[in-house]
Amino acid sequence: MADQAIASRRAALTSRGGSAEAILTPAPAATRISLRAGADALPALSAALGVTLPTRPKTSASSGQRHALWIGPDEWLVFDESEADLMGAAASSGTLHSAVDISHRNVAVIVSGPGADVAINSGCPQDLSPAIFPVGACSRTIFGKAEIILFRTAEDQFRVECWRSFSPFVFGLLSEGAADASH
Amino acid sequence: MLLIYCPYCEEERSELEFRGAGDAHIARPANIADITDEEFEEYFFLRQNPKGLIFERWRHIHGCGRFFNAARDTVSDRFYTTYKAGEPKPDISAILQSEQDKGAAK
Ligand SMILES: [Zn+2]
Repeated sequence: MADQAIASRRAALTSRGGSAEAILTPAPAATRISLRAGADALPALSAALGVTLPTRPKTSASSGQRHALWIGPDEWLVFDESEADLMGAAASSGTLHSAVDISHRNVAVIVSGPGADVAINSGCPQDLSPAIFPVGACSRTIFGKAEIILFRTAEDQFRVECWRSFSPFVFGLLSEGAADASH
Repeated sequence: MLLIYCPYCEEERSELEFRGAGDAHIARPANIADITDEEFEEYFFLRQNPKGLIFERWRHIHGCGRFFNAARDTVSDRFYTTYKAGEPKPDISAILQSEQDKGAAK
């Protein structure tokens, strides 16, 4: 019997980079959904997902490996670092909502170190000072020519989500920014 | 860098996150199939292109994704105010007056 050909997924970001000031690390695989829902669906959706969907701009909520990021007044990015089934969880809420599985549309780069904010600001116009963009803050924004979702996971650490096809550009520009951050 | 206040994100953001979307407060005729070609042209194509104050739609496309409205000056590019889609036109004379008062005080 012929051997079966099984496709294997190639990581979009195979290189590692950064500088001492801003270390760049491709984030491990995660499940992600783009979630749209009205206000009346939020309590049941939050219960089903096990994380309270935030309703204030630029805020997030986390529960263990699972994170819900406010993107717009009726839009969230929910991702789970343990690759749990988010589509199933949302569907079990019994609410009217739209959930699109974007686990493989997005990839993420972790930017960490004392110059992480400087590296990101090389291509992003947002004010990343701790008072304006504290730990837990998140926003869809722009990085160079690519749209990203920025999430501050610690004082000196950010998660930069971008579309898979943009990731070489984002990673490359972040590398330049990380090099500049050490000067 | 031009900063624009998004009424949904409730803060000023760089113009890089936004995109203009033409004149605001253009009501689509409810009887669109009945109107004449001239009336359709009037509704669909003809705009004033004023010098000075204009009411426009903008979209926070690389942010919250929402459309909102803005009162802007086409000469100075200054945004007088922004407000959520569906809200009525703000009283701009009060804003212009307070601008003038501020200018006179300088
Ligand atoms: Zn916004």
